[in-house]
Amino acid sequence: MGSKYDVLVIGGGNAALCAAISARRGGASVLVLEGAPKFYRGGNTRHTRNMRCAHDAATEILTGPYTEEEFWEDLLRVTGGQTDEVLARHMIRESKDILNWIVEQGVRWQPSLGGTLSLGRTNSFFLGGGRAMLNALYLTAERLGIDVEYDAEVTDLVIEDGMFLAARLKRPINGETEIRATSLVAAAGGFEANIEWLKQYWGEAADNFLIRGTPHNRGSILKMLLDKGVQEVGDPTQCHAVAIDARAPKFDGGIITRHDSVVFGIVVNKHSQRFYDEGEDIWPKRYAIWGRLVAAQPDQIAYIVFDSTVVTSFMPTLFPPVAGQTIAELADKLELDPAALEKTVTEFNAAVRPGTFDHTILDDCRTEGITPSKTHWARRIETPPYLAYPVRPGITFTYLGTRVNKEARMVMADGKPSANMFAAGEIMAGNVLGKGYAAGMGMTIGSVFGRIAGQEAAKHARN
Amino acid sequence: MHGTRILDEADRLMTVCNSCRYCEGLCAVFPAMEMRRAFSDGDLNYLANLCHSCGACYVDCQFSPPHEFNVNVPQTLAVARAESYAAYAWPQALSGAFARNGLVVSIIAALSMAAFILGFAALNDHSVLFGVHTGPGAFYKLMPHNAMAALFSGAFLYAILALVMSVRGFWRDIGTPIGGRADGGSVLQAIRDAGELRYLHGGGVGCYNEDDKPTDRRKLYHHLTFYGFLLCFAATSVATLYHYLIGREAPYPWWDLPVVLGTIGGIGLIIGPVGLCAAKMRRDPALLDENRYGMDIGFIAMLFLTGLTGMTLLVLRETAAMGPLLALHLGAVFALFITMPYGKFVHGIYRFAALVRYAQERRTAA
Ligand SMILES: Cc1cc2nc3c(=O)[nH]c(=O)nc-3n(C[C@H](O)[C@H](O)[C@H](O)COP(=O)(O)OP(=O)(O)OC[C@H]3O[C@@H](n4cnc5c(N)ncnc54)[C@H](O)[C@@H]3O)c2cc1C
Ligand code: SF4
Ligand code: SF4
Repeated sequence: MGSKYDVLVIGGGNAALCAAISARRGGASVLVLEGAPKFYRGGNTRHTRNMRCAHDAATEILTGPYTEEEFWEDLLRVTGGQTDEVLARHMIRESKDILNWIVEQGVRWQPSLGGTLSLGRTNSFFLGGGRAMLNALYLTAERLGIDVEYDAEVTDLVIEDGMFLAARLKRPINGETEIRATSLVAAAGGFEANIEWLKQYWGEAADNFLIRGTPHNRGSILKMLLDKGVQEVGDPTQCHAVAIDARAPKFDGGIITRHDSVVFGIVVNKHSQRFYDEGEDIWPKRYAIWGRLVAAQPDQIAYIVFDSTVVTSFMPTLFPPVAGQTIAELADKLELDPAALEKTVTEFNAAVRPGTFDHTILDDCRTEGITPSKTHWARRIETPPYLAYPVRPGITFTYLGTRVNKEARMVMADGKPSANMFAAGEIMAGNVLGKGYAAGMGMTIGSVFGRIAGQEAAKHARN
Repeated sequence: MHGTRILDEADRLMTVCNSCRYCEGLCAVFPAMEMRRAFSDGDLNYLANLCHSCGACYVDCQFSPPHEFNVNVPQTLAVARAESYAAYAWPQALSGAFARNGLVVSIIAALSMAAFILGFAALNDHSVLFGVHTGPGAFYKLMPHNAMAALFSGAFLYAILALVMSVRGFWRDIGTPIGGRADGGSVLQAIRDAGELRYLHGGGVGCYNEDDKPTDRRKLYHHLTFYGFLLCFAATSVATLYHYLIGREAPYPWWDLPVVLGTIGGIGLIIGPVGLCAAKMRRDPALLDENRYGMDIGFIAMLFLTGLTGMTLLVLRETAAMGPLLALHLGAVFALFITMPYGKFVHGIYRFAALVRYAQERRTAA
């Protein structure tokens, strides 16, 4: 029998590191098991950029106050009320302190930039992005004497009556394939990289999904916990999904495959038919709905079609747009029926009513007499070259998770809190996010519940 | 398509980075990149010379190798930067000096030192070369002051001319879309940025060397080298003024200004280059342009030799070793001067021009 740690943390992302650090600061001995190799440590956290925290006044990094109440209202709006109010309000309150706590762990914020995203008031940006943030957390962890193992995928958990006893590993560490610990923090992400599992809810369509983040979040820990009596929370079909470039890699394409050009053109499916109001809402809502919309289209593919007048209006893209001098030529290149696409564009152009274009507000440029209508930002597509991006559903993360209480303690199927099991991050995001998403909340959930889970796990272990 | 393969790669990376922008807070390269959507050769050379090779954007990037996007900004820009030195060299016929720079520089250094020794020996008899000379004018027993001044100002003026012509070509290429001359405010800003090596700090934590732990060592050694060089240069200038304005002849006593400046500078020129060299050896090879190892080490070695021979000369100038040491020191300085436009020295000049350009762009955008 090998050494026994006070706290075992499974995962290697933001939630895991926040838990590990706070447990260590709480006096516990800590082991972190990261399933990925060192370069890929930190799962989806590697791809993040910012975090949403409540704060009462403008700071060097944030342009204005963002009160608890306003945060709560934003959350209520995006989730349509599908959130655990007690937990959510607790998280929002705690998020205020996280802004500073995370800096004490070595993470640096970027001074507010006018920048590309209109989030300067609500969200703080990591200097150098999520991987820089992770690097800082790992350095701090190392300095504090936390043990970290890479390539250390956990393949089984020994749990008895809601009590964690040991974890089994694919690859032995110091000869051990079984690691025992007094408390467990599960922070191993969602199951978005597990296509088979996604297929249970989405059917064959899931084969056409692209996974924006790590291939290592296969939900194995989540599944073990649910199988061993932890209460499930959230709707398995709910997740954060955006439309990303169809040419992106199957996994780990990260942020740079996204498109935010929908508002400047029209979106058609493989039959060249429009299927949703491209002018419905302002970023980020319009950003977050298109993943699901495209997932519902035949073969899970769609095309954002626009013309040469707007190319500099949105972020530069990794993949260049497909271009044609005529709509027919463009259709040809996209392997769409040219006549059908011409018809759709002509009808759309004819329906456009004059207005004053302003993509920062819900303006008065709209269509009349077509279905679906484009209710804002509608302008004719008439200046060649005509351009298009092919898009597919890009899954960011899933919401099905383990139920927890305010102590980040897992709740068992019978409603009793587990003696020594805690969860943080994506694996329990569904407690707060029943559906929908507001930018930066993934990191808030991970940091807040990670820190709490670490504290509580250490407290339990040292009792 | 660009002129060279490395510029094609730099273009690819800037397209990736421009759709990502996570690194925009780290240094000047990324904000400068964000002002563009397409990149000409000149733009890429500009960005390459704006990069201080701190390594932060490599360690922080989620797409660095082994990721399939294979983003390695520091290394790509380092290669592009080195190639830009040859591309803008004046006269172009000498641009080949960059290809095997370490070799070229060391041969020139060896030849100049030998030439001074032989020259001293040929022009003077043995007793002078190995004699003990003290007091004002001692050096000029070996080589008349006017000859020394003529030779060195000739070499120096040539170096200045070649550098000015090179940087002119560079400035023209990076000038669009603003174009035109540098304004005073931007130059001042660039002097501040260069003086404190503002962008060699990985966004605040320090430079990355052997691993993902930032330290500020490279910055410290670079400061020692750079300010050491400036102090030595100041020492020479003061000495020249002494000579022509108040008729005081070298060597000067230890407490006199040229010697004080030269001593502090010389110490910097010894510790700095050794530190830089050691940091380079330890550095993660993924960050380095290994083909240019020779050029970097050659330049560092030249500075080190200049400092070392100068300091040894100072210590032993009242002994019989003075003659040979003076020859070595003058040889090193001479070689340093004439290789300046064709070696790593130019990195400072191009970087400065790029910083001016950046300051200018910021002002125009503001
Ligand atoms: C492209 C992209 C951009 C994003 N941008 C943002 C943003 O700007 N702001 C924001 O708040 N959120 C963002 N998100 C969401 C955010 O990434 C997640 O909410 C967050 O990373 C979740 O953190 P976590 O620690 O729970 O999981 P992760 O960071 O994904 O970490 C999970 C870890 O568990 C490990 N693991 C999995 N299974 C096992 C196992 N069996 N054994 C051992 N280890 C295992 C994985 O290797 C991984 O290290 C983004 C996501 C993506 C994909
Ligand atoms: S170096 Fe990497 S993280 Fe930084 S801007 Fe470029 S792609 Fe993004
Ligand atoms: S200065 Fe540093 S952060 Fe900036 S491009 Fe160069 S290596 Fe990257």
